[in-house]
Amino acid sequence: MTAVHTSQTPQTPPAPQTPPAQPSTRAGRRQHPYGLYAALAVTVFFIVALVAPQVLATHDPFALALHDALQPPNLAHWFGTDEQGRDLYSRIIFGARESLLIGAGATAVSITLALILGAAASLGGRVVGAIAARLIEIQFAFPTLLLALLLVAIAGPSAVSQVFAVAIGTAPGYARMVRAQILTAKTSGYVEAATALGHSRGSILGRHIIPNAVRPLVAVIAMSVGQSIVWASSLSFLGLGVAPPSPEWGALLEAGRLYITHAPWLTVVPGLVIVVIAITATTIGQHLQRALESGEK
Amino acid sequence: MTHISPPEIDEAGSTHARHETDAAAGSARRTANRITLIRRIVGKLLGAAVTLFGAATVAFLAQLALPGDRATVIFNIRAGQAIERTPEELAQINEQYGLLNPVLVQYVDYLRALVSGTLGMSYQQFRPVSEIILEQLGPTLTLTVTAIVLSWLIMVIWVTLTAGRGPRLSAFGAMVDTTAAGLPHYWLGSILLVVFALGLGWFPVISGTSTIGLLLPALTLAIPLAGFMGQATRAEFERTLQQPFIVTARMRGMSETGVRLRHVLRHSVLPAVTLSGWALGATISGAVIVESLFSRQGIGTVLITAVNAQDLPIVTGIVVLIAALYVVANLVVDVIYTLIDPRLPLS
Repeated sequence: MTAVHTSQTPQTPPAPQTPPAQPSTRAGRRQHPYGLYAALAVTVFFIVALVAPQVLATHDPFALALHDALQPPNLAHWFGTDEQGRDLYSRIIFGARESLLIGAGATAVSITLALILGAAASLGGRVVGAIAARLIEIQFAFPTLLLALLLVAIAGPSAVSQVFAVAIGTAPGYARMVRAQILTAKTSGYVEAATALGHSRGSILGRHIIPNAVRPLVAVIAMSVGQSIVWASSLSFLGLGVAPPSPEWGALLEAGRLYITHAPWLTVVPGLVIVVIAITATTIGQHLQRALESGEK
Repeated sequence: MTHISPPEIDEAGSTHARHETDAAAGSARRTANRITLIRRIVGKLLGAAVTLFGAATVAFLAQLALPGDRATVIFNIRAGQAIERTPEELAQINEQYGLLNPVLVQYVDYLRALVSGTLGMSYQQFRPVSEIILEQLGPTLTLTVTAIVLSWLIMVIWVTLTAGRGPRLSAFGAMVDTTAAGLPHYWLGSILLVVFALGLGWFPVISGTSTIGLLLPALTLAIPLAGFMGQATRAEFERTLQQPFIVTARMRGMSETGVRLRHVLRHSVLPAVTLSGWALGATISGAVIVESLFSRQGIGTVLITAVNAQDLPIVTGIVVLIAALYVVANLVVDVIYTLIDPRLPLS
């Protein structure tokens, strides 16, 4: 996995959404992975927000209270209020469901696409393999956000087109990864051994190549959820995703932009929440990756 | 011992012969290497050409994918209304855009427009897409180039200061890299805007075209990029610090700063150089968000307006242009890298 992430050869510049894994050999952090504990706590918090937002919210996220409009963060309204006096903290909690589902949905579609393309490119024989590999390269020529914008231009802005736009934008990077993983597995010693022992092609594929190629993806999936949320909120921020007054985080950002001079918390806080989610996803992904790697040894 | 002279002569002769065969083999190997190198570069050129052609095809298919009758859609986009159109009105649009031609003819026309550089006609503005793009390309290029230069400055300074300086400082440096690389442009830009333009009043809120107004948008693009390149450079930097030639340089009495700047840095920026093709694409994509946030003119603003209006020729024109820039930049980096280090396998 590290090989994929840190391979800095010109042929495979890493996708922007997967920062190269840090060569972390800090023993102290291994014994007390505080980062991981924090990430898990954040995850639990937002899963509660997703399943039962009313437990965590302090106010009705949709209740208007014009006399409370544009209050900076205070004890009653932890993250302040928006232009119609709605409590920003409660809106963020209630927005978690849509935001996280868009992120998870985009990841699911993206990884599925990547698996199909990556497998076709590495296992599909001469013709299919070459076509799929070229297709990945063509998709990869479009920067993620631009590919997503192209899709939104065709389908019009909505939550569904956002999911597919982000998925198609991020898929080529993962498809390359899948392809590299399968190719590595294909040429490995254990596959050679299995071939020498006379195992059938199908059983080698199902029992050796696929499991070994897919296992590292678990870590990628965790990171991808965070990155998908960032991309999706970028679309909303540009006014090309879920629109206000929805409490989806990107929509909160877009709504807050109008008031950035008077009420900066309306932009800064939802943005911070998205950053925290992205860091959380990356942290969990990196720990998973390390765990998988030490398991392989 | 008894046959001192003859064997000596023999040996000398055979050594000489061996040298000759070695030289011949060496030059043959060099020629072979050069041929492999040229073949590699030609292969890369061909690959890039196919990718570009594919990207153009994707853009063409995207225009076909617009839901509904295209002539009606184009007419409505142009008029800003969604109503049924009379056949006479539609006939004009159909003729102008050649919509009744077979798809293959449309495709050839499209490719011709691409090659001739007009990139097709805008649905909304009645003019060639290339004109619209050219008008706005300047500010975007200024922004992206400034951002890339700034990101190199930040990255080099930060990595030189923090890499390999004991576990605490190195870990802190690496953590800052990772965090910076993960910052979404819209958020970092908002923070910079709130702190430096609104809070401290050092910069204008709407950046316009002024030089001072360029700094915040450029920093917004530069900081994540610096973090990203920093991650690649730091790993290499710390590896290089362990190399014997660094010890040698130190033994010669060179100062720590001198060693870092003159020897280590040169060896460790190579991974970041290979990222620059990718960086260009990423920066232009980020420019879309930054231009919108700082109300700057440029390709990004044109793109967002066009996406909103479903003016697909503009959208695909910009997307294909940026894809082309990206492919060419990567190709150049690739070829340069192959020339610098011919050992790299061709994947």
